[in-house]
Amino acid sequence: MSLKARIATLFDEPACPTNREKSETTRKKGCSKPLTPGAAAGGCAFDGAKIVLQPVTDVAHLIHGPLACEGNSWDNRHAASSGSDLWRRSFTTDLSELDIVMGNGERKLFKAIRTIVERHDPPAVFVYSTCVTALIGDDVAAVCKRAGERFGRPVVPVEAPGFAGSKNLGNKLAGETLLDHVIGTVEPDDVTPCDVNILGEYNLVGEFWFVKPLLEELGIRLRAVIPGDARYRDIATAHRAKANMIVCSSALITLARRMQERWGIPYFEGSFYGISDTSAAIRGLCRLLVGQGAPADLLDRAEALIAREEAIAWQRIAPLKPRLAGKRVLLNTGGVKSWSMVDALHEAGMEVIRTSIKKSTDEDKARALAALKDEKHLFDRLAPREIYRMLVDGEVDIMLSGSRTQFIALKAKTPWLDVNQERHHPYAGYEGIVELLKRIDLAVNSPVFPALRAPAPWDETGRLMDPGVPPAEVVHSFRKFANGVLEDADDC
Amino acid sequence: MPVNEIRSLSTNPLKSSQPLGAAYAFLGIEGAMPLLHGSQGCTAFALVLFVRHFKETIPIQTTAMNEVSTVLGGADHLEEAILNIRTRANPRLIGVCTTALVETRGEDFAADLASITSRRADAIGDCRVVLAETPDFRGSIEEGWSAAVTATIEALTRQTTRRDPERLVVLAPSHFTVGDIETLRQTVEAFGLTPVILPDISGSLDGTVPDRWIPSTYGGTPVADIEALGAACHCVAVGEHMRRPAEALRRKTGLAYTLLPTLTGLAAADRLVTLLARLSGRPVPAAIRRRRSQLQDAMLDGHFHFGGRRIAVAAEPDLLYQMAAFFADMGAETTVAIASTPDSPILEAVPAEVTVGDLGDLEERAAGVDLLVSHAHGRQASERLGIPLFRVGFPIFDRLGAQHRRSALYEGTRDLIFEVANTLIAADHHHPTPESLDPLRNRETLHDSRPSPEPRRH
Repeated sequence: MSLKARIATLFDEPACPTNREKSETTRKKGCSKPLTPGAAAGGCAFDGAKIVLQPVTDVAHLIHGPLACEGNSWDNRHAASSGSDLWRRSFTTDLSELDIVMGNGERKLFKAIRTIVERHDPPAVFVYSTCVTALIGDDVAAVCKRAGERFGRPVVPVEAPGFAGSKNLGNKLAGETLLDHVIGTVEPDDVTPCDVNILGEYNLVGEFWFVKPLLEELGIRLRAVIPGDARYRDIATAHRAKANMIVCSSALITLARRMQERWGIPYFEGSFYGISDTSAAIRGLCRLLVGQGAPADLLDRAEALIAREEAIAWQRIAPLKPRLAGKRVLLNTGGVKSWSMVDALHEAGMEVIRTSIKKSTDEDKARALAALKDEKHLFDRLAPREIYRMLVDGEVDIMLSGSRTQFIALKAKTPWLDVNQERHHPYAGYEGIVELLKRIDLAVNSPVFPALRAPAPWDETGRLMDPGVPPAEVVHSFRKFANGVLEDADDC
Repeated sequence: MPVNEIRSLSTNPLKSSQPLGAAYAFLGIEGAMPLLHGSQGCTAFALVLFVRHFKETIPIQTTAMNEVSTVLGGADHLEEAILNIRTRANPRLIGVCTTALVETRGEDFAADLASITSRRADAIGDCRVVLAETPDFRGSIEEGWSAAVTATIEALTRQTTRRDPERLVVLAPSHFTVGDIETLRQTVEAFGLTPVILPDISGSLDGTVPDRWIPSTYGGTPVADIEALGAACHCVAVGEHMRRPAEALRRKTGLAYTLLPTLTGLAAADRLVTLLARLSGRPVPAAIRRRRSQLQDAMLDGHFHFGGRRIAVAAEPDLLYQMAAFFADMGAETTVAIASTPDSPILEAVPAEVTVGDLGDLEERAAGVDLLVSHAHGRQASERLGIPLFRVGFPIFDRLGAQHRRSALYEGTRDLIFEVANTLIAADHHHPTPESLDPLRNRETLHDSRPSPEPRRH
């Protein structure tokens, strides 16, 4: 299927509520808005595909293209692995001008795969096409097929060249790739009635490990977390799970729906950010599993665990509350669902002034609205200048956002916390929300900000605001002592 | 009050000796030769430490007290040493630092010296001899440094009522590096003032390569400037231990002084810059305002790495105050503060509970902190505890360039923020594991006091 055809099918997503509301003609146009040259920000389709697939830990990820695609983007995310670190290694064919002019790309790609297999012997190789190799017509799929046969392991073509569209489209194309080439290719021999997949969970900074032991305590078996800390084989056997939970809905919803169609795996959307959302997610998983034939007492055990864990989390949040209560938050996130963050912040007594709904579905918006009770608080897109103004005017005590907007906050001398992919702290689950609130406490109460906001003691020309007087001159007075030593007589 | 328990054992000392501090100060005077009045070893150990720290030839001499002179009195040795130094090195100043040995014996050094300089005036000529009484059994580097500067002012500075509105006296603390002093000088000069910095190690210990062999110090505060020290518009003393010399100067010449406990941090640097603007009557130059803005940005970028960190600092009192105040400014907490000596009033102002102790105390108390801050001898504690060491003060013998690292004023604080943050980042090599994040681990005892998981950075 051509790239264009694949993208068209991706845009026809019945499970997507935004899509359902569209007319037939607008739906055909697809859901990615055309980018405005000179006013575009955000990643390309290649970026999106790599984000979804690269956390698969034991796979070699080979980027076929000139250097920039991989060379400028590798080792920039903090997904964690409990096993292989092969995923962190950067592999690229680094096409030269000569390679491109002479059409050496395919040959170079094949050799690159061979070298990887010889040196690292990975269970699979993912090969990512890029703009240039797509443009010059390298048949990545054919090379992968040939290499797969030759080297006796899956070599998976990931065809999401940057120009195909946005990062979000790349996420979807990555899901398609898994569906076409990976999921269902291996039959597991250890299926239990409580096997689940978590889709769209990246295990950033290992945060899913805050959640995993809780699920395991209930006897829930994680067949595959896609892609966080996943092994190739986990994903290849993911079709035998009894339930899917989808975490970052707009990215992998199609994958979840197709898995339901193909293998009858029911799915639901949930989130592990915030206490109530984590509890809801655990309940959701258990409910689906019981519907699929898991023992009915799972629900009761889940309730007991939720009660226990919530109590502990509240107990740990209590000392933070006085330090956070009444602090006003500007929530400017794309990836993390804003409503689940809103709930989490309210749990600590904070006030959410505005929240972004840029990447949210109508359902998300409704939930965010329910949490905020006022439509004024929602915004689709705030111009950096407007954000800066709000921060400088002191309308906000802290901004939570991704690193792209961090300097708006910092240059406005306002506390900021990274809640997106580049962050360094785990925020998932009950433990994670406590960690998030601790981090907010450190940021919002940092002594650096009052010090920075205090005006310099001089004006913009350097003249002192309070010229004062030079330090007083001490009166020069000596008295001769009997022994002839000169001593100061005034006692200041 | 700092906790100062009486103890019979010092494990891994934090202190360096008082005569070392005095000799260090004399090294910041032009053409000076420090002379330790004691046994050969007193000087040799100090010399080795200086050489390891500065990686320079250090001019320093000894009166080489022996058994006989220890019993019968050391005046002869002192005289012989002064005359020999005069002949061989021809210094402008000999800084005599007494040691515990001769102080325990208890001689009248001032009288001895007066006798020597008057009897041998021909031989000694225009070489000035200054006496700093600095027994090892009291104080540490800061006290020795302070004593030497005080003694120098008392001996050399002429009484005067003349005031030179263009000149500013700066009494620099012992923890100022060559880099700090250069920054300080440039800042003062930017206001059209001529700084007379005492001591000034920036010319003598800055790691330059002169084109001839010079047996004494080169660079440093000229003796003539010290003699005319009173002819200035004001005196700025940095660090509580410079109060004594500032007082001595005031007593002698009536020159008023402002004591700034530290120049590290935005507010502290603002205080000096405001003072300079007042004294000079000039606006703050654009270059300095730009440095301030750079520091503000460094604080913004840096504070992520400081927030919630627990720090253990072991240092001389004023340096301890400087570092603890710096960490407090940046949102980190000094949970362990060890001072080398008990007497400085600045210890009351340290934003932490101060214990007077040694590096053994540091090692005992610092478990679980994120960073140790001390001189190079803290490395043993660092190795055993597995906690990174940020080196400050003296001696730093296992890293290069100690004399050029800065911590004063806007640019120094900026550098300090980056250096500390980089040390913390480099130490965060623990990657998260399922075990380290498992919420069920040690649930019975720890769930309320558990530290946050280690952040991971690349």
